[in-house]
Amino acid sequence: MRMGVDRRAAAAARHRLLPEGRVAGPMPWIVAIMMFLTVLSAAAGLGLNAAVHSMGDDLAGRATVQIVEANGEQRARLAALVTERLRRIPYVRAVQPVDPAALIEQIRPWLGQDAASGELPIPALIDIELTSGQAEAKIDHLRRQLATLSPKLRLEPHAAFLQPVAGLLSSLGWLAAGIVLLMTLATGAVVVLAARAAHDGHRGTIDVLHLMGATDVQIARLFQRRIGLDALLGGALGFAMALLVLALLGARLLATGSELLATVQLPWTSWALLAVLPVGGVLLATVAARWTVLRSLGRLL
Amino acid sequence: MCHGWQTGKAGSVGAHFSMMSAIVQFENVGLRYGLDSETLSDISFSLHAGGFYFLTGASGAGKTSLLKLLYLAQRPSRGVIRLFGEDVVTLPRKRLPGFRRRIGVVFQDFRLVPHLSAYDNIALPLRVAGMVESEIDAPVTEMLNWVGLGDRGQARPATLSGGEQQRVAIARAVIGRPEILVADEPTGNVDADMARRLMTLFEALNRLGTTIVVATHDLPLIAQVSAAQMMKLDRGRLSDPTGSLRYPPRQQVSG
Repeated sequence: MRMGVDRRAAAAARHRLLPEGRVAGPMPWIVAIMMFLTVLSAAAGLGLNAAVHSMGDDLAGRATVQIVEANGEQRARLAALVTERLRRIPYVRAVQPVDPAALIEQIRPWLGQDAASGELPIPALIDIELTSGQAEAKIDHLRRQLATLSPKLRLEPHAAFLQPVAGLLSSLGWLAAGIVLLMTLATGAVVVLAARAAHDGHRGTIDVLHLMGATDVQIARLFQRRIGLDALLGGALGFAMALLVLALLGARLLATGSELLATVQLPWTSWALLAVLPVGGVLLATVAARWTVLRSLGRLL
Repeated sequence: MCHGWQTGKAGSVGAHFSMMSAIVQFENVGLRYGLDSETLSDISFSLHAGGFYFLTGASGAGKTSLLKLLYLAQRPSRGVIRLFGEDVVTLPRKRLPGFRRRIGVVFQDFRLVPHLSAYDNIALPLRVAGMVESEIDAPVTEMLNWVGLGDRGQARPATLSGGEQQRVAIARAVIGRPEILVADEPTGNVDADMARRLMTLFEALNRLGTTIVVATHDLPLIAQVSAAQMMKLDRGRLSDPTGSLRYPPRQQVSG
């Protein structure tokens, strides 16, 4: 008990060696802004990464068979034959012919009333869903099977439609990762500058401590603690603000009702990674401050 | 007094010289700042453990520079300096703190830490040395009382007069019971009574074995310590009126 009190008193005395000035300085606010932007960038990167994976998993096993036959009767017969054949294939989990009336409704805005005249050779469509795994091999096999039925059958995997979108999302994800990296470097640089400024600002105190026999590590500890606390305060503030913004954005995304946007969701592992960011920020600040001060002290006698 | 300063064996400083070893040795030491001419040239002397030395000289003669070399705030441009038997010129940086803790310094400009109270300034050397907090209060309070600042412990340096600041600086320098005490014009801002009391403290420390080196212009102060020896700096060169400081020694001083 006595030792605990003594240790606390010693720590308090050590902490008094540098003047208190927390929050008053710009450091916590700069770290708060950095952390805010870093968490948002990281969340965007993780969300986009999750969306790309989700989209890939979702679409990899889906395809549409097009029956390109100008003659309506033959088209209907061929559609029925293909549907029946597809249902017999074991890795085809679901077969859903698209209702021609629904199809005509969908293209009416572009073709007008002529779309329903029956004179336009609108292909018949059959949506299929494959069992999971080895999607590419199954699609290839299916394409060969359909070719044996008729040359007028085309198989369009859904993944191919959304490949450019997935590519864009993936690129945005990498961009976000790059921003996180740059923000981390910028935070490190800010801490180095702050530590140098603090070192220069307390040069008189440092000289006195040195001449009394304080070691470089003893002096560096004072600065790393102060800057670590500033980073903790700023990091917590920035993280809380970023969480608030993410919660608001999430609510907005859900409100759109878009299937594509709904895939931009953060799994718990991503939340855990985001939670590590402020801790990492504090560690980065502490290590950078210690390194900077030790280097500066190393230039003195 | 704490630390038993007044319980030490009284006696002539010079009487012990023959048995004492050199605690400081300067050998052809030169100091040059930048590309200027040498501030100190060919400084050679030795100080014995337990000795009491005054360093005098006109302003700009190099007294403060010499003291800086002594308390390891500066490395010489040339020559050899041995402290406690070790060459400190070539000593690795990481070993310097251990030597500095054995030297107390009263700076000419006090160098009190402005945001710390008088109490915390005096406690600084003990905390740097890692003394536990429960053992710090008694000696610090006693030192504060001794320098007449018992009721000013929580005052910041800015609220203290020049004389009070100097007393805090002196208390801070001696509280760790250094083996060498270096004081640069320690009585410059105190009245005659306080100057006398400071000299009494320095003599008490000296009787306990602390080597005292005081740079001063104050000739009556020098006269007050009869057993002290004097070094005189003149434009960066050392003259040794007594001849006993020469290194290698020309003669031994005996009581």
